[in-house]
Parts: sequence; structure tokens; C-alpha cells
Amino acid sequence: MPDASVAGARPGLGAGRRPSAVGRAFRALKIPVGDPFAVIGLVIYAVFVLVAIFADQLATHDPLEILFTEDYQLAADQPAFGEFVLGTTNLGRDIYSQMIYGTRSALIVGLAAAAAVVVVGTLVGLFAGYMGGWVDRVLMRLADIAFGIPFLPFVIVLAAFLEPSIWNVVLAMALILWRDTGRVVRSQVLTLRSRAYVEAARVSGSGSLKIVFRHIAPNVLPLSLLYGSISIGWAILTEASISFLGFGDANAVSWGYMLQDAYASQALSRGAYHWFLPPGLCIVLVVVAGFFISRGYEEVLFPRLRS
Amino acid sequence: MDAVTDRRPVDVPLVDVRGVRMHFPVAGQWWAALRGRPTVVKAIDGVDITLRRGESVGLLGESGCGKTTMGRLLLKLIEPTAGEIRFDGRPLASLDRPSLKAFRQKAQLIFQNPFEALNPRFTVQQSIAEPLENAGVPANDRRELILQAMGRVRLPDPADLLGRYPHQLSGGQLQRVVMARALILEPTFIVADEPVSMLDVSVRAGILNVFREVRDSLGLTAVYISHDLALVRYVCARTIVMYLGAVVEDGPTEDLVREPLHPYTKALVAAVPVPHPDQSRDALPIRGGAPDARNPPSGCRFRDRCPHAFDRCAAEAPKPTRVGDRTVFCHLFQP
Ligand SMILES: Nc1ncnc2c1ncn2[C@@H]1O[C@H](COP(=O)(O)OP(=O)(O)OP(=O)(O)O)[C@@H](O)[C@H]1O
Ligand SMILES: [Mg+2]
Repeated sequence: MPDASVAGARPGLGAGRRPSAVGRAFRALKIPVGDPFAVIGLVIYAVFVLVAIFADQLATHDPLEILFTEDYQLAADQPAFGEFVLGTTNLGRDIYSQMIYGTRSALIVGLAAAAAVVVVGTLVGLFAGYMGGWVDRVLMRLADIAFGIPFLPFVIVLAAFLEPSIWNVVLAMALILWRDTGRVVRSQVLTLRSRAYVEAARVSGSGSLKIVFRHIAPNVLPLSLLYGSISIGWAILTEASISFLGFGDANAVSWGYMLQDAYASQALSRGAYHWFLPPGLCIVLVVVAGFFISRGYEEVLFPRLRS
Repeated sequence: MDAVTDRRPVDVPLVDVRGVRMHFPVAGQWWAALRGRPTVVKAIDGVDITLRRGESVGLLGESGCGKTTMGRLLLKLIEPTAGEIRFDGRPLASLDRPSLKAFRQKAQLIFQNPFEALNPRFTVQQSIAEPLENAGVPANDRRELILQAMGRVRLPDPADLLGRYPHQLSGGQLQRVVMARALILEPTFIVADEPVSMLDVSVRAGILNVFREVRDSLGLTAVYISHDLALVRYVCARTIVMYLGAVVEDGPTEDLVREPLHPYTKALVAAVPVPHPDQSRDALPIRGGAPDARNPPSGCRFRDRCPHAFDRCAAEAPKPTRVGDRTVFCHLFQP
């Protein structure tokens, strides 16, 4: 029997250069390195991550320490670009160092909340979608409830019941914001579930867990990461709002804490731009960077949006 | 591992299907119900099939008659709405975990579309290794078994293919990989769902020959699903003709081709392009279009397309009637 097509497999395809491990991870997660906006977003994030990691080296002072000038005067309301890089607050604290340490708490909140949202939302979506039946019904009714709870008031109530802490925001996001990711992942799983290769895995004797994690999860991961990248900015904004409203952790320096501090000391009316602009700009930058990355993801995941 | 096959009398049929129905709900049920429309698709509607060990049976019928659904039922990928399927004497519905595991090793499926049957993120090796993993074969022994299975389906240069991804293979190669995965645990029962219909004509014969070869060498019991009588004839000694979720004729393929009994079988034989000199060519073409499994006619479900339909066909469903080695469901043959 002539087997022309078997012998004449498309030449050269298998012999091609194998991409590096990092390259393969990028490709598997569909990290949108082709989109210029996404690249800008990724660079912004990279800078913030480096600042957060090397905060101890970059900061010039303890962010909460009350500082004095050389002649033993309280170093309050110092202007920017003098003895202190960005000046000081009305209590003599170094604004530049606060901004640096604020980056650390912002990223911790943002990344932890995003991780919580991605993990909870993806697991819920995977099991609701693949198992169907009562598992699906229970999880989706829980999502309905989560959709019915107003987010910011919920965080405030949570903060009132628990110790004020940046982890309240993470907890609240894990409890509430998984709903969007969960819904979207579930609908994706519903289409993946009926793929022939999933049925093939069942015929091969693979159990539900193996099918969910090996055959289905890799295909929904980019979608989860899209929602994760949105969640980072969302969490940082929420933490800032909570701190600004005075429900934050008084011992953790964050951008929201800085804004609250500046607002309470009438920095705005006194024209102390060096005080409230840096944290404000940082928040905007992080949120915009998250938006750029998710935009890039969207174009990778739903190419038709491009036109 | 052999709990399912061994220690049973040989005369127990390998597969025994009794009164099986598979009704799928139609979308928008309550609205359809309000308007008095049917709320289910009767994909399989009362089927009895018995397969002896080592037998090859063709499942023949036009698109939408429920062939794939029957195959999925036989492999316990879906649970029937009614009726019972026994594999080696045991009802599939009540298999416990170890027996289900054993069943998954004994019963395999070859897919219609090899381009979709392999996970695009898995290499050939990973795909073929999956049944081995699940059966608990140690990792060190797998490569050897995989290469053996690839050799069995006549894949040239198997070692070179192991690291490739599905998009790097041709359709014929993909289907052989699918077959290698199905055969690697040496199953006793295999369902092939139109295994060549998505493939280029030039590679079909190769796949069919490999299928026949491994079936004979492993002594497989096989169900070959197709809408093409010529293919079924090439592969199977026995053919079951289905129409709209029910069996209409069941018997030796050659008898069926030489002298079809059921009017629907006659139409199928007449549609085969290869002329048979010993076959009368006056078989009537059937009227009407594709059947609707939501709303089958009363009595005999073929009657609205049948050139011989008479009163009784509308009144009652035909019962199975033995004619020689065959079973036919038609009032023309019923006393
Ligand atoms: N999961 C499902 N849900 C609802 N309806 C279904 C489902 N699977 C099959 N059906 C319906 O059951 C009927 C039989 O489908 P099936 O796929 O078994 O036909 P087939 O004989 O394999 O057709 P083909 O030759 O086109 O593959 C069709 O009307 C189909 O729409
Ligand atoms: Mg089919």
C-alpha cells in the first residue's frame, strides 16, 4: 500500500530550533510580548518590582522616622530636591522613602490579591465547568451572591471587623472578585470539555482531576492571567481607597496612606505637590500598566478585536 | 487487571446491548414544551446488539442516525437514558472503580477526526504514554512499549516522531498515532468511528489495512462505524444498518450487499457507485431528505421515505424478523 503522505511528513518542522525554557514559558502563558503597549506595561511592572525588591537599598530614610535637620530643628515640610529628594511631610518624614516602601506594599497587595483571584477563580471555573451538575449549580449560585455584594463597602466592613491590615484587601478580593474569573473560565471550560482530545483522555483511563489539570487548565491559564493582570491594579486601587478613607493599616506605608496623610494635612491647599503627586502618579502608572498588559492579552486571546 | 475478561464462560457475548435508548435534551426545553414541540432528540431509540468475541461489525447509516452516539454508549462515555449495556457479562452502569479502570484498558476508541483527537500541547510520546501512565506502567518501560505500538501501526521512523507535536504531523500519521494510543494496552474491544473519513483518499487504504491487520493479530472485537457501505464491506464480515436511532437490518455483510432486504438497505446498496454485476439495479431510490431524530414518524420510522409503505407501517413498529442469517425490522417480512 503506497503511504506517500506518511513518508513525506512536512519536512523540517520537527527539526527546528527549540526555543529556550523562558521563551517556551512565555509562549505557553501567551505573554503578549508582541504588543508595544503590553511591552510598556511589562517594563513599568518590571521597574516597580525591582524598586520593591531593592527598597531597603533605594530608600534614604526609615519612612516613618521623624527627621531633624542638622541644627536639631524638626525637618517638617521640607521642599523637594533639597536635603531630601522629595522633601518631607508636615511631621518630618521622608516622602521619597515613603514612596519607595509604598511600592513594596502596593506590589505585595496587588500580586497577592491577583494570585488569590486567579487561583480561586480558575479552580471554581474549572470544576464548575468540567463537573457540571450540582457542583456547577452550587458554585455558580455562590458567584451570583458574590456579584450581589458591593465590593468597597464589603472591604470596609471586613476591615472594621478584623485588625486593619493590607491583607484585608487581599482577603476581600479572594472572597469577592473570583466571580468574574470564575464565570469566564467556566464558559471556556464548557467548550473545551467537549473537545475530542478530552474524550480521548477519558478513554485512555484518565480521571477527572488529571483531565482538568493536564488537558483543560493549560488552555484557560492565559485567560486567568488576563483577569489576574486586571486584578493587580484593582487591588492597589482598593488598598489606596481603603487607606485614604482611613481604614488602612497605620503602620504600613502605602501610597494610599501617603495620600490620606497628605489630604489630612491640607497638603493640597498648601500646594505641596511634592507630597501628593508621587503616590498619585505611582498608582496611575501601575493601573495603566495593568491595563496595557491586559489589553495585549485580549488581543492575543481574541484576535478579532484587532481590526 | 483481567477482572473484566477472565473467568467467564466463553459463550457470554463480549458486548450485549439491550433496549438501549439515548435521548438528549433539546435547548430551550420549556419553550418547546409550551408549544407542544418535542423536548428531546431520540439519538438512540431502542437498540439491541450482541457482539461475539473476535467479531467485526460495521455500523452503517446516514449522517445523524446515531452511530457516534452508539459508539460513545458502548465505551461508557455517556450513560443511556434507558436499557442496559453489558461488557463481558457485566452491566457497564454498575462498574466500580477498579472494574471501570480495567474496562478503560480493554475498550478503546479510534476517532473520526485525528486532527482533534490529540492534545495540541502534548508531544506524540506524551499522548501515546497517557494510557500507560493510567495503567501504572513504570516510566522506564514506557518508551519501549510506545515504539512497539508505533511499529504495530506501521509508523515509519517512530523514534523521530516521539518529540513532535500534532501540528507537525500529516493526517495519516496522526491517525496512526491515535491508533497506537488505542492499541498500546492491547485492548479486547475497539470502536472505530469513521476513522478515514477526514483523511486524504491517498492514505485511507493504508489506515484501513493497518486496522484490519492489528484487529486480526490481536483478535479484537471491533465496531467499525461508517456511512460508506464500501468501507464497511472491506473491513467487516457483519453489518448492522441503522436508521434514525434504530436498527433496521443486521446480518452478514456479503448477504446484505448481494440481496438487501430492508428497503433502506436496498437504497444504501443502490447508492454504492461500484456496480455489482450480480445485483439487480432496479432498487428504488428513497424519497425525502435527512430524517429528524426529534420527530420520528409513528410505527416504522422509515415509512415516510419508503416506496413500499402500507397501512400497517403507520400503525405499529416492525418487530425483528429472522430471514436466513439475518434479522430485519420491516413489515414486508413480518408474518
Ligand atoms: N451531546 C448531544 N446533545 C444533543 N444532541 C446530540 C448529542 N450528541 C448527538 N446528538 C444528536 O443525536 C443525533 C445522532 O447524532 P450522532 O452524532 O450519533 O450521529 P452520527 O450517526 O454519528 O452522524 P454523523 O455521520 O454525522 O457522524 C443527532 O441528531 C445529533 O444532533
Ligand atoms: Mg458520527
